[in-house]
Amino acid sequence: MDTIYYLIQNMLPVAIPLLLVALGGMYSETSGIINIALEGIMLFGAFFGALFVFIVQNSGMEPQTILLLGMLIAAISGSIYSLLLSFASVNMKANQVITGTSLNMLIPAVILLFSKMFFNSDGITTNMNFYIKEIPILSKIPVLGEMFFQRTYLTVMIGFAFLIVAVIVFYKTKFGLRLRACGEHPHAADSVGINVYKMRYAGVTISGILAGIGGFFYSVGVMDGNVSGHTGVAGFGFLALAVMIFGQWNPIKILFAALFFAFLRTLAYSISLIPFLDNLGIDQTYYKMLPYIATLIVLAFTSKRSRAPKAEGIPYDKSKR
Amino acid sequence: MENRNILKNRISFKNITQSSGFSSFSSAGMAILLGLIFGFFVMLFAIPGNALAGFRYVLLGGFSRFGDVFYFATPILMTGLSVGFAFKMGLFNIGASGQYTMGMFFALYVGFMWELPSSVHWIVAVIAGMVGGMLLGLIPGIFKALLNVNEVITTIMLNYIGMYLVDMLVQGNSVMYISTKTRTNYLPSDVQLPSLGITGSNVNVGIILAIIIGIILYIVLQKTTFGYELKATGLNKHASEYAGMKGKTNIIITMVIAGGLSGLGGAFAILAPSAIAGSSMTYEPINIIAANGFNGIAVALLGNSHPIGIILSSLFISHIQRGGTLASLVGYKPEIIDVVIAVIIYFSAFAMIMNAAITKFIKKKFRTKSYQQEVSANTEEIDTNETSDNDTKEAE
Repeated sequence: MDTIYYLIQNMLPVAIPLLLVALGGMYSETSGIINIALEGIMLFGAFFGALFVFIVQNSGMEPQTILLLGMLIAAISGSIYSLLLSFASVNMKANQVITGTSLNMLIPAVILLFSKMFFNSDGITTNMNFYIKEIPILSKIPVLGEMFFQRTYLTVMIGFAFLIVAVIVFYKTKFGLRLRACGEHPHAADSVGINVYKMRYAGVTISGILAGIGGFFYSVGVMDGNVSGHTGVAGFGFLALAVMIFGQWNPIKILFAALFFAFLRTLAYSISLIPFLDNLGIDQTYYKMLPYIATLIVLAFTSKRSRAPKAEGIPYDKSKR
Repeated sequence: MENRNILKNRISFKNITQSSGFSSFSSAGMAILLGLIFGFFVMLFAIPGNALAGFRYVLLGGFSRFGDVFYFATPILMTGLSVGFAFKMGLFNIGASGQYTMGMFFALYVGFMWELPSSVHWIVAVIAGMVGGMLLGLIPGIFKALLNVNEVITTIMLNYIGMYLVDMLVQGNSVMYISTKTRTNYLPSDVQLPSLGITGSNVNVGIILAIIIGIILYIVLQKTTFGYELKATGLNKHASEYAGMKGKTNIIITMVIAGGLSGLGGAFAILAPSAIAGSSMTYEPINIIAANGFNGIAVALLGNSHPIGIILSSLFISHIQRGGTLASLVGYKPEIIDVVIAVIIYFSAFAMIMNAAITKFIKKKFRTKSYQQEVSANTEEIDTNETSDNDTKEAE
């Protein structure tokens, strides 16, 4: 039982970045823009979030306040960086995959460049501890308390809050409906007076905000508050895209897909704690490959009945029909 | 008389500006220019005092390391050809890194584990590298053709799978791997590629083979039925299928060839001879995805996916990379070049549009001077040319 508690407690901080970034990808793709740049935006947000933590870490501020402020900064920086993608793909009608790839390549290089020049390291190392041993009252609930409210991070609760907001905005507001229309049939949306360009900007910017926050949460919950230009976010942006496809562009399904991937990853890194798997004597590297192999297998089975937005990846041109 | 001269100029000007070669060349040039300007500003921001000196190194430093420019161009030329070749078919091969690493491993394995006559050993190792890349290229090909899975995601996942797999296999092999050095052992000298003998540089036959492969690809794309089908499928999948081309088979073949090209890049990189006698290139398994695969994307985009363009752009990228390492003499880090490369890709993604806009602007200036009738005859032509630059047109 302790092992299960341990796995769940470790799985959630990993699942939250995946969830947030996949939700971001969902917003961008339902508006019609493929966001391959999620990986880069995550790293961008994580970098500025960690930079903020690095600057204020000795000021005696409450750790959870710093976390919230860092989150805000990560969100702002993520949304700013995503503007580069929206500008290229909406205004310049450029190939979205190429633009995204270039944005992914840019950030690790910039981080390495500046970290090497100013910190003499590959990234930012902070000594801040955001870990929460137990949350008062809630952690006393039997079973659930131990699963969700002990040895955890604030990021988990914020992540679930974002999920609820995302669902409401996506399905219950005018904005969500319009956004989805722009990804399915932009000309029809345009014909009833929706500004497709603005909606696409909005979709990508929301994805930038969520990916920036996701990146910061990755650095808090997985990397102990550090950011490295070399390993970056270890392909979490790409995994999030797979999570989004697996979740069929549906927020609730995305949650379960994210939990599934996070479980596989946590399992891979805690093999030595599970006697049954440890005794099999399989090389740990196989387990590390597991999330990626699982992605391939899952995609093989889900792609045939894929419900991807119809107009994704196609630049919107008013004069075409 | 004067009028006729202008007419002549105008026609020749039009021919040049509207040829696809010119437009890809000038759009690449514009992307490079913008990338370099951005790089200069980054340098200015980092260390204002040394920016000019550093920028001089970036631009001109490569000329003093002539052999090395060719040596470092070899792997990115191969990965560039790989990405560009797949791109002609409309496939985006981000997996060049994984295929490259796999090719490297296969070449290493043959180099260390197989006993072969020394005259053919390196040739077999190079071919093994190609096979390794092909195997990793086959998977996304099958996934795309038969299961309709987007190749972008599969190739990215295979980058990670290939990297972890190779690192594990290398670390598990006691002949290849020296755990105290956390690197592979030095390769036997008969597996290393023959050097071209330029002093102080590792440049070897790899670059010559790579350029020959590039030219072969050019011939395949321009002169064979397969190349024609490939380009046709890339331009319009449905039309080509309607015309009876086997799209699915072509997708798999294209990805296998693209994988093989990246694998060759890995083999050329790891089998290169070292300028220091008794040593060789080594591989360090540290769970990082090979950068040469991503640089291949830059090379391919800059070369407009054209094999000859890719040869030139790989030399250019290698040139500024050498310059970037020299810029460390005045306090900059070589990563400055990765920044410049990323910015170049960003701009090359929409350079075509800017290019069309500028050509249109120049044309307008010419047009206002004289020849109204000429213009009216040509407007239609010009307009179609502008739109067809980027998207395949829909029905007339």
